[in-house]
Amino acid sequence: MKKNIKLAKTIGDFAENKDAAKILRTEEILPSLKKGYEVILDFKNVNGATQSFIHALISEPIRVFGNIAFEKLLFKNANEDIREIISIVYRYMQESMD
Amino acid sequence: MKIFLSNRGNLRNFRGFLNSLDLTNPRKLEISTHDKWITVHPANLVLSAALALQVGKENSKIIGTIPETGLYLDRMGLYDLTCTASPFSYHKKEEAGRFVPIKIIKDASDQSFFISEMIPLLHLSEENTKVVKYIIGELVRNVIEHAYTKDGAVVAAQYYAKTNRVSIGICDTGIGIDQSMQAVWHPKSNIDAIKLALTPGITGTTRKEGGTFENAGAGLFFIKSIAKITRNYFLIYSGSAEYTLLKHPKRLKGFPRLYADPGRDPHRETNDLPKFKGTLVAVDISLDETAEFTELLTSIGKVYDSAIQDRKREKFRKPKFI
Repeated sequence: MKKNIKLAKTIGDFAENKDAAKILRTEEILPSLKKGYEVILDFKNVNGATQSFIHALISEPIRVFGNIAFEKLLFKNANEDIREIISIVYRYMQESMD
Repeated sequence: MKIFLSNRGNLRNFRGFLNSLDLTNPRKLEISTHDKWITVHPANLVLSAALALQVGKENSKIIGTIPETGLYLDRMGLYDLTCTASPFSYHKKEEAGRFVPIKIIKDASDQSFFISEMIPLLHLSEENTKVVKYIIGELVRNVIEHAYTKDGAVVAAQYYAKTNRVSIGICDTGIGIDQSMQAVWHPKSNIDAIKLALTPGITGTTRKEGGTFENAGAGLFFIKSIAKITRNYFLIYSGSAEYTLLKHPKRLKGFPRLYADPGRDPHRETNDLPKFKGTLVAVDISLDETAEFTELLTSIGKVYDSAIQDRKREKFRKPKFI
């Protein structure tokens, strides 16, 4: 099963609202991972994001689900900047989990 | 309290402005200006505005002879926060300046509105808009989450065509950085607290590497790094302390080197200023020097990674040599 989350619908074209990130994380991402779904975070029409937004969105899934999160979290239509920020969060979260 | 707005309102000379602050009598605010010419950075404005909000409009005044250039204070909205009527008249519709006047942001939805509706007033390119949105997004969020203030974050920005630069000021009258860091890190002084807040991976909410689910301790480090790469000033004033990142000289070619330890950056610091209960952050961004944002993020990310690795290694058990 797949869960598609179109981020632009909730957060607009610049992802900085951590309250919105928390809602997406707790109400959509975590329950979907718990059910074993693939979660597709679709950044279509999102031009940028802050590091703190991405952290608020994915750090708990990574810490709670570990390898399952790495397997099942998929990032779609992320531009270069957003990919870089997601990569930074992935790296420091893994460093902190060792 | 008394504030003097001089004709030298820029981050290079900001220490003089801070030294001249009189923060005694916290129930009343008087703002005076140079009598011939006023030059203010958004940082001067947001600090004045935050204090005016704190004491209330009825207790805030702009006094003395205000020169013609004082019109700028009106355009930026400072008169609206005081009980002094503006002596200037102009048609607001004729305003074509590239600035964001003083705005108050109290929650996440105010912040999203500000970012989507106000930043376009600076008329920047898409790439530069991204940088400004990033900086304001992170700084305002810090206030909303960590400052514990009912007055919110006071924000203003100005584009300067002559130097092709954007200046941003964000101020709050909340608990200040020292109190925010005390619970977990116990800094010995206000300047130590600021330096901790600038260190990658250090957040006031936990000692755990990787932070909490909400905070990683990266925001201020990223912004200081953006200022350094774009060869500009970055300033924090909180409590009795000020930390100012100095401009990276243009004669040194290539990307400025980033350091995890803010003490290694060319900077100016003091712990002896009038005690300000709150936090002021100011940054200049030279648009000529803005590299591709992705490239900038990559460099910052590398330093962030190695800072966390180094801190982990510090905790490793050491061999006992006898």
